[in-house]
Amino acid sequence: MDMSYMVDVFLELLSGVPLTIQLVATSTAAGMILGLLLAFMRMSSSAAVRLFAQTYIFVFRGTPLLVQIFLIYYGLGQFHHTLQDIGLWWFFREPYWCAILALTLNTTAYTGEIFRGGLQSVPFPMIEAGRAFGMSRFVLFRRIVFPIALRQALPAYSNEIILMIKATSLASIVTMMEITGLAYKLISETFRAVEVFVCAAAIYLVLTFVITRVVQGLEWWLSPHLRRDPKWMMRRDGDRHYAKSQAASSGGL
Amino acid sequence: MTIFELIGFGPNGWGLAMLLATAMTIALALCGFSIGCVIGVAVARAKLSKSRLAVVMADFYTTVLRGVPDLLVIYLFYFGLSQFLSGTVTFWCADGGFLLGLLQPSAITPGLCGSRGFIELPRFLIGSLALGVVSGAYQAEVFRGAYGVLSRGQIEAAKAVGMSPFLMFRRIIAPQVLGYAIPGLANVWQLTLKESALVSVIGLVEILRQSQIAANSTFKPFYFYVVAGSLYLAITAVSTYGFSRVEQHSLRGIRRA
Repeated sequence: MDMSYMVDVFLELLSGVPLTIQLVATSTAAGMILGLLLAFMRMSSSAAVRLFAQTYIFVFRGTPLLVQIFLIYYGLGQFHHTLQDIGLWWFFREPYWCAILALTLNTTAYTGEIFRGGLQSVPFPMIEAGRAFGMSRFVLFRRIVFPIALRQALPAYSNEIILMIKATSLASIVTMMEITGLAYKLISETFRAVEVFVCAAAIYLVLTFVITRVVQGLEWWLSPHLRRDPKWMMRRDGDRHYAKSQAASSGGL
Repeated sequence: MTIFELIGFGPNGWGLAMLLATAMTIALALCGFSIGCVIGVAVARAKLSKSRLAVVMADFYTTVLRGVPDLLVIYLFYFGLSQFLSGTVTFWCADGGFLLGLLQPSAITPGLCGSRGFIELPRFLIGSLALGVVSGAYQAEVFRGAYGVLSRGQIEAAKAVGMSPFLMFRRIIAPQVLGYAIPGLANVWQLTLKESALVSVIGLVEILRQSQIAANSTFKPFYFYVVAGSLYLAITAVSTYGFSRVEQHSLRGIRRA
């Protein structure tokens, strides 16, 4: 492996990062809202709504994402006259929008199940206490249910975001030049797969690492009750200054 | 032509081709999953070992393979193995080039010797290796988690009755760890099955590739991708049922709350 070639490859691949981030950000943001909606539908009291949500989840989790992308991008092309007539063709003509739509629909199914787990883990007494305070349903959701559910769901949700980062690579098959698309181009031009793989893998791992850290920070922020008392931590570390200051302050009193 | 004629088994139907492709998908996913099982056990063993080096290497393996898109891994195996082999062909050509020719007759073309060309390897092999390497990383985590559930007392008891490490693995560890690992393994199986669709990019004719071919020659892509999706759904549904049966069977001796 020669280093100058690696540097070239790395710089070339970096130019695909914005598109990857764009795809991930748009589809996870949309998937979060739709997923929350789906979670509510899945827990609805109407059997028809529940059945719809269950079918949606079964279909989108049970088929490969690549099939979903092909179905939207190539499959809907079969109906392009109809789509033109109703004025939606500009959307389904673009691989960018098709990829985002497929990624969003796919992550919605997974996110819905994650959120449902989170929402169902909120202890009922907390909801009762909120009601006893006279909170409206919306305030109860915003202040009590959602923060607790989010905290419960975060570890699983961070996994889902990482899966999404990996999933955006499939957009390269419908001609999107994100990291994997550029990597494929470089490999098929030079046949130096190992060097290109190492560079692309490094970029993906950095992205994954950053996401994991951000979510961990969010989790820490949402769970103040689990944080250790800083003084207690100091004592556990055997910090003599702490002990000394304690002694001094108690002596001073 | 109606959709039923298109996907049926008549003279113009693609039904048989799609069924064969389904068999290919199942075979590919099974091969990938089995390779992953072997890798998973080995990596889980390394993760639980006392050697720091083994632990670090195993962690590196699972982190990288779970953090990198599977498509890249497939490209690495498809192009990378060829890169590696074409490097060796130039080296072997003087005396041992015929060895490769025996392995894969079409691999050696007269013009290739001495030049750095592209060597085609069997796509099924490449696909199942790539799937196996990825699914192995996931399975390692599953096995490691399941091993943690095993109580230490059982291992001590097995040592106390003088079992050799192999016998202990076969009689005590493997049956129980497998039982606990089944829900996790079921997830990995679904993952592997869905990822097998990616192998279509290197041209192996499995469900997705076959529906692409059919879509291109009939100009009815929507129908064929719906058929492809339904076939995957059918495999998923059957395997979910199968795994739940196996789980019930293997955990029948365990009391549950």
